[in-house]
Formats: sequence, structure tokens, C-alpha cells
Amino acid sequence: MRYSLLLWLLSLLVVVLFCAALLIGPAGLSPGESVSALLTGRGDAAVLVMREIRLPRAILAVLVGASLGLSGAALQGYLRNPLAEPGLIGVSGSAALGAVIALQTGLAAAYTLALPGAALLGALVAVGLLLGLAGPRGGAFTLILAGIALSALAGAATTLVLNLSPNPYAAADIVFWMMGSLADRSFTHVWLALPFTLAGWLLLAGLGRGLDALTLGEDAAEALGIRLTRLRLALVVGVAACVGAGVAVAGAIGFVGLIVPHLLRPLVGARPARLLLASALGGAALLLASDIAVRLILPERDLKLGVLTALLGAPLFLHLIYKTRREQGA
Amino acid sequence: MRGSVGRSRPISLFAALALCLAGAAAQATPPPARVASINLCTDQLAMMLAAPGQLISVSMLVRDTRLSPLAQNARAYPVNHGQAEELFLMAPDLVLAGRYGAQATVDMLRRLGIAVVQVAPARSFDDIRANIRTVGTALGRKAEAEAMIARFDADLAALARDPATGPRAAVYAAGGYTSGRGTLIQDILSAAGLRNATAEAGRKGGGRVPLELLVTIAPDLVIRAQRYGGASRAENMLDHPALAALMADQPVHPRSDGTYICGTPLVLRAVAELADAARALEAR
Repeated sequence: MRYSLLLWLLSLLVVVLFCAALLIGPAGLSPGESVSALLTGRGDAAVLVMREIRLPRAILAVLVGASLGLSGAALQGYLRNPLAEPGLIGVSGSAALGAVIALQTGLAAAYTLALPGAALLGALVAVGLLLGLAGPRGGAFTLILAGIALSALAGAATTLVLNLSPNPYAAADIVFWMMGSLADRSFTHVWLALPFTLAGWLLLAGLGRGLDALTLGEDAAEALGIRLTRLRLALVVGVAACVGAGVAVAGAIGFVGLIVPHLLRPLVGARPARLLLASALGGAALLLASDIAVRLILPERDLKLGVLTALLGAPLFLHLIYKTRREQGA
Repeated sequence: MRGSVGRSRPISLFAALALCLAGAAAQATPPPARVASINLCTDQLAMMLAAPGQLISVSMLVRDTRLSPLAQNARAYPVNHGQAEELFLMAPDLVLAGRYGAQATVDMLRRLGIAVVQVAPARSFDDIRANIRTVGTALGRKAEAEAMIARFDADLAALARDPATGPRAAVYAAGGYTSGRGTLIQDILSAAGLRNATAEAGRKGGGRVPLELLVTIAPDLVIRAQRYGGASRAENMLDHPALAALMADQPVHPRSDGTYICGTPLVLRAVAELADAARALEAR
């Protein structure tokens, strides 16, 4: 498939799903009513539903989904390893820990940017640690093991912080931070996440040429004029910024960064640079679709997004492990 | 054998004397001298009904000012944490428990030979009267129970307003939890002259209402729950801009507290506060 055609199709898919996300919800507004409320501001309750509840939720699905798809593609391109994904390797979990600490210490209430900032910091520590542990070649084994350890540690620490909270509802939030949800998010959350997300996207979008060169090996890449330390720094900060911001407002949603690049890689001719933009669009589409699905399956129960993405992604992950092992001839 | 410890305790001379004086000789069994309660709601009924010295322990929860209107009075009683072992060591003649939630403890206490009376949570004002009677009978304080019911009915009659054409109200607690038809809240709202908007929208019992559904129902009055310290996403949604917009033209912002939880005559404090709110809404 031609690359530009693929991008057009993915964009169209995102637009269609975005509109569907705006039209589907428990309030049962008719499509005409919804559109007129959204665009003209007529009808009190409908305007509130459309502008303050559904619109920010759909926008967040796009922001978070695109961040996860893009980060997955970038990490996989840099490590040349299809198993790298922000959720699986503990980056999302560490971001959640940062966010929870900011919330429970009251920092998030005192400083607006403390919430995404702390999540970014958590993610930064995790990505830095992982790349340090896994080394530049990113051996699958080391990476996954380090990721498991980091995920377990971050998950335990998050649970501990929430269990120590004086708030009786905080313990129920453990599920949210582990599995993620967009229920009842507002424009406050959009504005919180937006600056860090955009900064992360910009950094990651600039990695294309370097990642393409890296497919030839490090030496060849350096010979082509790619400065690897700078590439690595941009990757770490970029992933931390957009994943951290996403987790801070939507919790840790796993497997999006695994599923999307895996599905799109054959369609872009295995070129990491092309995979970046395609995966960002694909991630947005996947998260919009998942968020529509949770509203249709259990409208009043706040089914967590991570449950759906894990049901899709975990079998794929197992398949990828099997394939990796076969390729290595073990 | 161990099980007989609780039962074989001789009733105190004082209790026996009191019984004779009260002319309650017809009662087959003497009232329990040592009563422990392990449920927030039986705690409060027992505190209001028990004879001096009869109630030896209440649950830890009843000291929480956000859950219990009797939190201050509860400081006079030793607390328990609802565990069979600590209760057994208190050697009570009777344990008051809720119908749900502590079944393992209740089973263990009964196996240890301790009498347990379970009281179902009140879902209506009729349940309040029934529960006062149940606890009064269990404590051997029937006369006090009947007096309490009579006072409750008189106070209620003085407060009660007609809900038929009243403003529409909805309670909205952490996580979007609301109370519809067949709940204690329904009776509290009705007595205050308010219609329960989520019940009219078909909600039965308690449960989660998505925020966009509440916005569509558009009640005249949203009664949010009191906040706890720390942070949680469940309470965070009570600050959602859509909810704030919905509540923007409310003249009053009542918060539900401990008086909304348990079926005791103290629900009338909630009724009085909401009746004022209803008047303020009607005066607009």
C-alpha cells in the first residue's frame, strides 16, 4: 500500500471514530441534537454533555492513544525489538507512581503542573533506567526482565501510596492507575496533558531519520552523521513527556504501543520513520475504538480501557515472544 | 464449654432490681447486661436506647465525624474493630451487628456461644421504626424504643412537606453514586418536600449514574457527599466542570453527611436541612 494512502485512510478512521465517540453515550441524545448542541450551543443539558463531557473525553483518547502508539514505534525502532512498549516495560507504571505521589502529597493541588510533571519524572526515571540496563542493542531478554521488575516495583509502590491515603476511595483508584480509564475526564485534564504531550510528539517526530539509519547498525548510523547520544536523549525525554502526561490523566493503558506498530509495520515497508506517524494515528484510532467499546459493553460500570487493550494485546505479545524465539533459533 | 462463658454470667443485682421496679417480670429472659455493637448503624441506635452501663463497646467507625452524627458521644465508649477475637475477650451477653458485611465474624461469635442480633440496613422510614423496635427489644428497652418512635413520628409530622410538586433533587456521591427508589434517601428527600430525580428517571436502589446522564436528568438540586482528606478519582469527579455548571444556579449547596447513612431518628436533621433547601429553591 502506498504510504500516503495509508496515512489518509488512518486519518479518516480517526475522524470517523472521533465523531462516533462524540455521538455515543448513556445520555441517549439523537445525532442531530448532539451536533447542534456541540456547534451552536443550543439546549442546556445537551451542550453540557457534548462540550464538557464527551468532547474532552474524545480529545483525550486521541492525545493518549497517539502518544502510546508513537512511543511504542519509537522505542521499538531504537531498540530494534518489537516487544518494547511503554506499558510492558514499566514506563507507564512508573509514570502512574509519580502521578499518585503528586496527588496524595497535595503537590498536585498546590501546583497545577505538578501532576503531569511528576508523572513525567516517573516515566523519565523508568526509560533512563531501562535503556541503561538493556544497553544500546536492547536485548529482548534484558529489556523484558528489567521491565517486569520495574512494573512490579512501580505497581507495588503505587498500591502502597494509595493504601496509606486518608481517603477511603483512594484504594479503589488502584485499578484506575493500573488499567486506565477516560471516564468523567474534563477539559481541565486536556489542558494539563496537552503541553507535555505536544512537546513529546515533537521530540519523537524528529527521530525518523535517525531510526531509519539505525536499521543499518550503530556504526553505519554514525557514519551517516547520526549522533546517537542526542538521538537517545530525545527518545528518552520524548517518550517520558507524552507517556507521562497521558498516564497522569488517564492511568496506565497497556499494549496500545505494541498492537499498533505490529499491525502497521508490514504496511509501511518496515521503515521506522514512516511507522512513527502511522502508529500515532493508529494509536489514536485504537484508543477511540476501545473507549467507545467500554461505553457500549458496560455503560454504567466504568470498564477500564486497559482491560480491553490487554485482551487484544496479550495474545499478540505471546505470539511475538514465540516468533522472536523462533527467529533466534532457540 | 468455652461457649457457655457469655451465657452463664449472672445478671447484675442492679439490672434485676430495675426489672422488678419496671414491672417487667413477665419478660422471660433478663435483658443483656453487656452489649457490644460492631455496626455503624446499630452503634447509634444502641447509644440512644441502651441503659446506662449496658453498652460496653461500639465500632470504630462511629467515632468518624463524617460518618456519624454521634461521633462526639461515641468517645465515651471503648471501640472495637469488629473482630471476633477482641469481642470474645469483652465477654458480651449480646452483640449487635448489621445484616450484611460481617457474616464471618457473626458466625464465629455464634460458634463461641455469644448471642448476636443482626439488623438490616434501613431502606425507608418504616425500616427505622422496625429497627428501633428490634434493637429496643434486644436490649430489653421496649418502652424507650416505643417512646423514641413516638417522638420520631411527631418530629417528622412537624417537618414533613408535600413532595408531589416539589423541586427535583438528586444525591451524587463519590464515583457518581446515587440513591433511587427504595432507599432511605428517597424517604428523606420526600419528607423534605423534594422529588428524587434519579428515582423518577428509573433508578432503583443505589448505584452509579454516569455524569452525562445526571446532566440530562438536570435536577434542580444536587446534593453532593462530604469530602475526605487526601485525593481520589472517585471524589475528583464531584469537581467536574459539567457538574459545576449544572449546579451553578442552585441557591444552596447541601452536602450529605452521616445523618443520611443510618436509619435513626437523626435522619430528621437531614430532612430539616433539605426542607430549608427546598424552600429556598421554591422561593426563586
